[in-house]
Amino acid sequence: MSFAAKKLITLIITLFIVSLLAFLAFQIIPGDPTTDLLGTEASQEARAALRAELGLDRPALVRYWDWLTSFLTGDMGESYNYRLPVSGLLGEKLVITGVLALMSFLFTIALSIPLGILAGSVRSPALDKLVAALDQVVMSVPPFFVGILVCYLFGTVLRVFVPGDFVSYTQDWGAFLSYLVLPALSMALPRVAMTVKMLRGSILSQLGEDYVRTARSRGLTRWAVLRRHVLKNALLPVITFLAVSAAEIMTSSIVIEQVFTIPGVGRLLLSSISNRDFPVVQAIVVILAAWIVAVNFVADLLYQAADPRIRLR
Amino acid sequence: MRQQPKGNAFFYLGGAITLVMTLLILVGLVWTPYSPSAMDPAAMTCPPSPAHLLGTDNFGRDIFSRVLEGAGTSFLIAVGVVAIGCAAGTLIGALCGYFGGLPDLVLTRVCDAITAFPSFLLALVIVSVMGKGASNVVLALGILFIPSFARVVRGEFARCRDLNYIRSARLMGVGNVRILFCHILPNTRSVLLPALTIGFNNAILSEASMSYLGIGVQPTQPSLGSMLSDSQTYLGSAPWYALGVGGTMVLMILGFSLLSEGLQQRSRRSG
Repeated sequence: MSFAAKKLITLIITLFIVSLLAFLAFQIIPGDPTTDLLGTEASQEARAALRAELGLDRPALVRYWDWLTSFLTGDMGESYNYRLPVSGLLGEKLVITGVLALMSFLFTIALSIPLGILAGSVRSPALDKLVAALDQVVMSVPPFFVGILVCYLFGTVLRVFVPGDFVSYTQDWGAFLSYLVLPALSMALPRVAMTVKMLRGSILSQLGEDYVRTARSRGLTRWAVLRRHVLKNALLPVITFLAVSAAEIMTSSIVIEQVFTIPGVGRLLLSSISNRDFPVVQAIVVILAAWIVAVNFVADLLYQAADPRIRLR
Repeated sequence: MRQQPKGNAFFYLGGAITLVMTLLILVGLVWTPYSPSAMDPAAMTCPPSPAHLLGTDNFGRDIFSRVLEGAGTSFLIAVGVVAIGCAAGTLIGALCGYFGGLPDLVLTRVCDAITAFPSFLLALVIVSVMGKGASNVVLALGILFIPSFARVVRGEFARCRDLNYIRSARLMGVGNVRILFCHILPNTRSVLLPALTIGFNNAILSEASMSYLGIGVQPTQPSLGSMLSDSQTYLGSAPWYALGVGGTMVLMILGFSLLSEGLQQRSRRSG
């Protein structure tokens, strides 16, 4: 069986387990959604009627199967609170969070790879120390504090950015994208520091290998060795790391959306958790999990495309 | 290998920051300059001054005292999380690595599956299921931190299992429990210490994020995260509030990350 097919089967099994766990987690919750919706004063009959209407009177596994099959056809159930289809609630918010995460990921790549190569290839003890120290400091700042600092700097001091002045893409794509630049950068910054540190370490350890000395002795310049031999090897671990980043960007966007008051999936998730609106929470958790599993799958494929040795293992 | 002339600056700097912060937090647990909840109408939103080192907030409460208290809460939660994660993780990792077999295979797979997901998302789910509050945050994060410890410890135990000194110990009739905890465990120090410091940082960060979002520690018990969320409202009128709280968090995390970097460099150099 091919590598991709094997990975695909693992992917489907993982998704199945994750969705089952996400569903069951919300079945063991103490408390009853009907109490939240009708209040504690409601009669037994009214509660039973609502339970039947929401389908809560059937066994959990039957409900799981129904939920899964309808989820796959795009019907994610109905929100308890808004009495609206979950898919309708999620649509616009998924696009907002997706664009934010994508933008942040692109910033991470665009900033960290050139900086990492630069930091790894320039030989200067002073620069080495500066990069290492700067890395440690930037990595220590939590993304949401970066966001608050950015709000303060650009919003209060420079007055070029109004936090909370969000425009959705349905009205104006330009204003939408420009509002997302600073949140995306805030999320990217700590990731950039980590990727630079990682890439730099990777390049430095590759430069100590025998093949570098051989290539140098054949008369290749430092830059040519770096470009044609070292980078190919040094970028390999970075692929895996960036995949982890892509998954984590999704979760840090939950916090960043709160900092910059962006009405995305994260804010919906938080309000649904507070309101015990479990169909919405379930749907979001499964979507985020599917995203993470899919990203890891793509990373595995990229990794083995870049390094054929993996296939032998 | 020849000893590198460069001193381990990370280790000492990180150690110094951590020591100072820990001392401040320990003092803060029993004594603060002002009562963290005392409001002073005569001193509302004062910038930092000798009387109020980090200024006061919109109710005239001393921010330095509140930061001490909040940092104490965050610190205790992080200690609890790391204690649960490290104790359970070390036990699982040790047994899996030393004995191997089917349980090892299954547990390793489970750990891999859990670590594939950002612990923050899982913690959100657990807390939304179990309810908010400090003890649930500790439990949720503690459980989620088990795999990361189990992983590093398992690797070390699997490596040491067949080394000569362990074989000799076994030949001499030393029991399995004694081999596990008296012979191998001390040798996992070089991986366990950095894992501890990294875990501590992740715990501080996760707790702060959760409290910032209002699903962690409840507002009656100030923690750095909930204070940061509170301070954001006054970013225009009292920027020192956010800077003081966030700066404290950065210093705590920086101290530990420098320490872990130093520890790793140290073990690389000696090993």
